[in-house]
Amino acid sequence: MTTQELEKFCAAVRRDIINMTANAGSGHPGGSLSAVEMMSAAFCTQMRVDPRNPRDPNRDRFVLSKGHAAPCYYGVLAELGFFSRDEFKNFRQLHSILQGHPDAKKVPGVDASTGSLGQGVSIAVGMALAAKHMGKDTKVFAMCGDGEAQEGQIWEAFMSAAHYKLDNLTVLFDNNGLQIDGSNDEVMSLGDLPAKLRAFGFDLIELPDGNDAAAVVEAMNRPIVPGKPRCILGHTVKGKGVSFMENQAGWHGKAPNEEQRAQALAELEGK
Amino acid sequence: MAEKIATRAAYGEALIELGAKNDKVVVLDADLANATQTGKFKKVYPDRHFNMGIAEANMVDVAAGMSTMGLIPFCSTFAMFGAGRAYEQVRNSIAYPKFNVKLCMTHAGISVGEDGGSHQAIEDLALMRVIPGMTVIVPADANEAKKAVFALAEYDGPAYLRLARLASPVFEEDYPFEIGKANVIREGSDVAVFTCGLMVCECLEAAKLLEADGIHASIINVHTIKPIDAECVTKYAKQCGAVVTVEEHSVIGGLGDAVSDVLMGKVSCKFRKLGVDDQFGQSGKAEDVLREYGLTADQIAANIKAAL
Repeated sequence: MTTQELEKFCAAVRRDIINMTANAGSGHPGGSLSAVEMMSAAFCTQMRVDPRNPRDPNRDRFVLSKGHAAPCYYGVLAELGFFSRDEFKNFRQLHSILQGHPDAKKVPGVDASTGSLGQGVSIAVGMALAAKHMGKDTKVFAMCGDGEAQEGQIWEAFMSAAHYKLDNLTVLFDNNGLQIDGSNDEVMSLGDLPAKLRAFGFDLIELPDGNDAAAVVEAMNRPIVPGKPRCILGHTVKGKGVSFMENQAGWHGKAPNEEQRAQALAELEGK
Repeated sequence: MAEKIATRAAYGEALIELGAKNDKVVVLDADLANATQTGKFKKVYPDRHFNMGIAEANMVDVAAGMSTMGLIPFCSTFAMFGAGRAYEQVRNSIAYPKFNVKLCMTHAGISVGEDGGSHQAIEDLALMRVIPGMTVIVPADANEAKKAVFALAEYDGPAYLRLARLASPVFEEDYPFEIGKANVIREGSDVAVFTCGLMVCECLEAAKLLEADGIHASIINVHTIKPIDAECVTKYAKQCGAVVTVEEHSVIGGLGDAVSDVLMGKVSCKFRKLGVDDQFGQSGKAEDVLREYGLTADQIAANIKAAL
């Protein structure tokens, strides 16, 4: 996939996010929009997955530890053909496969049920550890948020990834700087994240712009450092791509109304 | 019933046998491999044993991830930490997606003894039982613990196995084990005593004492708390007209409530729950602690008699 194609894919996912949350009248657009490039690049340029055979035992794995970014995840999976975009209208509705947070029992392509923060990276560690144990070449990607890193379990997971030398694991760290109650620094400072992540044993790649598709792909294409899990720390923009949502904590868990949907889609049109 | 073996010790032995039969079985522990007895498995299969350090929340979720790759993780620590500290991880990352993880937690109940109330899980059955789709098993002796481990390896889904620290008598008789099927180990017409774990042996002793008073007790080993054998519970409650439940667990939320859930509104009978009476445990020799909380054979017999 060329950078231009990936950017088009990302724009489509952004429109999906807006439509899904607007239809449902709830959901999490802010942290979905910040995650688009890293999640799309993993699926479109790195992972071995077959939308027609979502349970292929030789597939690579993705765990959305920040499960509230489900609209982004569903957008990526639908754009790849795991299920029909028609499902979007059922997002967060009764009997839908598209639950408010990802449900592995229901959504083709989803391998772990997440949403309770801090748990997904541990699940990804288990997948990567099992792959090593079984002699499989499975690559595992986990995406976590910065607010989520206030959960102690995230650091337990990081510690175990380094201990077991899981160089088949990549943690995509969506660092948009905001959480529900405000900025990370207002709520609970994360301190020197790059230094902490390096100290926890990661092969750390820091991206000044985690919403730059070309830069994300370039980082993912770098050869792995044997014996080290990788972390791509992407500094992203919450609400990226929609002017009135960008860098606004208020858009963490609020859906656009019809007027806002129209404006957002207009801004994303033709991208 | 001369020989005494702890169910945790039997668990360790069973894992070794299971390891030979099924190469998908892996074991996780949180720095308690000696106490939980998974260390026995580690000695034979060092590359299939994963010490996750003192980080139980991470451990159970790592087990969840491993299960999605087709492995069968047996995950162990003390019941307090496995069912308690990691409760929400078990609920959301294992049970909610119905992953095939076996949570085999040791040092449950007040028979932990000296470590005291902070380490005596008296609410683990309640916590695990309320989770939709969770299978909950409490073996009564070493043989049953082994059979439960083998049965759980064959069963596809999340399960909680409650194991004890204290060495307890091994039954001479060899009972069948089927998940969800209670074992009637003594027939009597006056009272149906539903019990599990270490209390099965105490109840058998209690039944002998009651016999001397002319009270004939049925003793039913409800090794599977969930799904409970509703047919057996209903049958014996109707047959005897009086029910007593006995467990080494809080009287709230465990076997007693599981039995009452079956009978409530359906069977009219006398009913009494015996267990830890909504209070924390404390340090002491296991036998002394059990006596302090009224869970020895003579105390159980007296309470059954009073309930009739």
